[in-house]
Amino acid sequence: MTPEELDEIAELERAAQSQFTQRVNVCVAAGCLSCQSQSVKDALDQEVNRRGIKDRCQIKGVGCMGLCAEGPLVSTSTGVLYQKVQAANGAAILDSLTGEPVSNLVCPTNIPFFQRQKKIVLENSGVIDPERIEDYIAAEGYSALIKALTEMTPREVVDQVTKSGLRGRGGAGYPTGLKWSTVSKSVGTKKYVICNGDEGDPGAFMDRSVLESDAHRVLEGMLIAAYAVGASEGFIYVRAEYPLAVKRLRTAIRQAERVGLLGSDICGTRFSFRVDVRLGAGAFVCGEETALIASVEGKRGTPRPRPPYPAMEGLFGEPTLINNVETFANIPPIIRKGGEWYAQIGTEKSKGTKVFALAGRVQNTGLVEVPMGISLREMVFEIGGGIPEGRKFKAVQTGGPSGGCLPSDCLDMPVDYESLAKAGSIMGSGGMIVMDESSCMVDVAKYFMDFCMTESCGKCIPCRVGTYQMHRILNAIGNMSATQKDIEMLRELCDLLKHTSLCGLGQSAPNPVVSTLRSFAEEYRAHVEEHRCPAGVCNAPVGESV
Amino acid sequence: MRPASTVKTLSINGRDVTGRQDETILDVARQNNIFIPRLCEMDGLSDVGACRLCLVEIKGQNKLLPACVTTVEEGMEVTTDSPRLENYRRMILELLFTERNHVCSVCVSNGHCEMQMLAQRLGITHVHFPYRYPKEEVDASHDRFVIDHNRCILCTRCVRVCDEIEGAHTWDVMGRGINAKVITDLNEPWGSSETCTSCGKCVHVCPTGALFEKGHSVAEMLKRRQFLPYLTLMRKENE
Repeated sequence: MTPEELDEIAELERAAQSQFTQRVNVCVAAGCLSCQSQSVKDALDQEVNRRGIKDRCQIKGVGCMGLCAEGPLVSTSTGVLYQKVQAANGAAILDSLTGEPVSNLVCPTNIPFFQRQKKIVLENSGVIDPERIEDYIAAEGYSALIKALTEMTPREVVDQVTKSGLRGRGGAGYPTGLKWSTVSKSVGTKKYVICNGDEGDPGAFMDRSVLESDAHRVLEGMLIAAYAVGASEGFIYVRAEYPLAVKRLRTAIRQAERVGLLGSDICGTRFSFRVDVRLGAGAFVCGEETALIASVEGKRGTPRPRPPYPAMEGLFGEPTLINNVETFANIPPIIRKGGEWYAQIGTEKSKGTKVFALAGRVQNTGLVEVPMGISLREMVFEIGGGIPEGRKFKAVQTGGPSGGCLPSDCLDMPVDYESLAKAGSIMGSGGMIVMDESSCMVDVAKYFMDFCMTESCGKCIPCRVGTYQMHRILNAIGNMSATQKDIEMLRELCDLLKHTSLCGLGQSAPNPVVSTLRSFAEEYRAHVEEHRCPAGVCNAPVGESV
Repeated sequence: MRPASTVKTLSINGRDVTGRQDETILDVARQNNIFIPRLCEMDGLSDVGACRLCLVEIKGQNKLLPACVTTVEEGMEVTTDSPRLENYRRMILELLFTERNHVCSVCVSNGHCEMQMLAQRLGITHVHFPYRYPKEEVDASHDRFVIDHNRCILCTRCVRVCDEIEGAHTWDVMGRGINAKVITDLNEPWGSSETCTSCGKCVHVCPTGALFEKGHSVAEMLKRRQFLPYLTLMRKENE
């Protein structure tokens, strides 16, 4: 593959696409597929065949369009978005290509949910066919890789990433440029690049969506990273619970190998890189980098103390770069448009955009990409469309089981790494669960503690036994059988786990409890002293007097 | 490299000490008779940093670091004992006591148990967390040895000694979190294990009465660990 050949593929694909005067894009990401979007696409295909307009009307399966709650989603070349489309609507949609939109299916796109977004990671999601490399190449795909390989030195690539101010999108927000530069300076006989796609937070589906909608973008990001740090082999660690993402990723790898974008002597340079998929067997802790490395090595997925950091001694003891799916997906546009362009977006310390999986009690649930620094209020009430059924907002949970619950007085806080941490939560991988007054915060804390308890690997004592004890206390509070002493013990355990656990899972496991104890102390008090649950969620067990 | 450059000077509890750059804080503390509690670490085995009892404070670091895996650095100021560390250590040990069924009065290792000794040393007179009282198994299928899971603290010394010293890798860990347990082969009875060489190393490195030799009654199981430093030294010399 030479730069000229890549241009040729792009030209051919663009020419082929311009043949079509009409286009219907059907979302075939997991969300819409689960509400039968495949049958919608099949019906459209059949209808096009029946009408004999196959040469001018293209039916394309595309990635996620964001508003998953209203799926299956279909967009047309006339610029109309349709929601909740059924197979029976196929003919009407085709008719609308030359006439009026099908009014009862139209999804308004002038709402903040669409208007307030800024798409960088998701720029191709819902636009290109995730199973065709040609479509990705036609959308400027792999041009960043070619640019890096032919015009830039590895050092310059690292510099651009550093300049962009990009920070790890997996949760901790470690500066990506710094990580790359550390790995590039580390000495080893071989270096590895690992993509962390072990997205395990309840309610989070950003990485899945990116892999399902635009897998090539992640591969391109990894290739650029490998070139920058001098790695020759890579692994993508994906949860086995994401079969569609795995399938599309494998397809993408095969296609990239076929055209010579993966393998030996890429683009006529001496840079070689091969990549393999590794499936996670369903352990949340394997999202922690040292546990992930152990798992890729074929061992039991348990973390080990750092240092040494993977940048120095990682996979098979060699320097290893680990980044999250979304981090890699940010790389191609940064190289294409320059680090300075990226640094203009976002806040002073948190640059760029962040993809959030908006879930819970909001009108518009789905996937959104917004510039860093947007306020929580805008997220919940404008993009999310507010709380359904006229209920009152209570809290928003960010960062999954490692994050915290932010009450209404945090609503005007900007969403960036520092502000969230200051408020007692974390950015996390981007899960955002909105809760209204019908949620009991003790119950929420119990839910997350149950998650941490079952997902603890059992290696270190504070996490293994501490999460069990904390869960027991939260259970007792829910049963109205706890005393003030239990609350004290809960606080004690929160402190212990935070400071003595071996890995991030244990250290952050108390966060949901700490943040609810702080912001919703009144609810805990009502459970303990008055034996009642203000939200009406928790009940004393039947047959027991309270 | 000149030998002088590999020696680091640091202070532990205000005392100036020296160590080689590949030595850990725990190694140097031990050479200087400074006590740091630990249960998973054992000289001669790889370090896992799992029990979290050897956490120490290092000036300028806001995180507590495990002494067993943290190598010494020039000018490091280490504190191994403080009210905060003592509090954490007691809580961790208390959690361990609540996890399974540790009843010293009927235990073969009573009086020789590392966990019991540590509890006494840390002045633990009672446990303020509620006990779990789980129903754990006892596997006495092996001819000479018994594993009583009620007394296991999951330090994984048996796993490491079997893998690293004996080379059999009969032991491993299965399950997650509070349900984790050590197993022989693929969770088969120890007696029918095809990989076990019956060397007994696991029994003697076990810090509690979880692994013991048959024929011992209460307080009679003494562990002999001299073999471990001897073997590791011999192997090093043969290299």
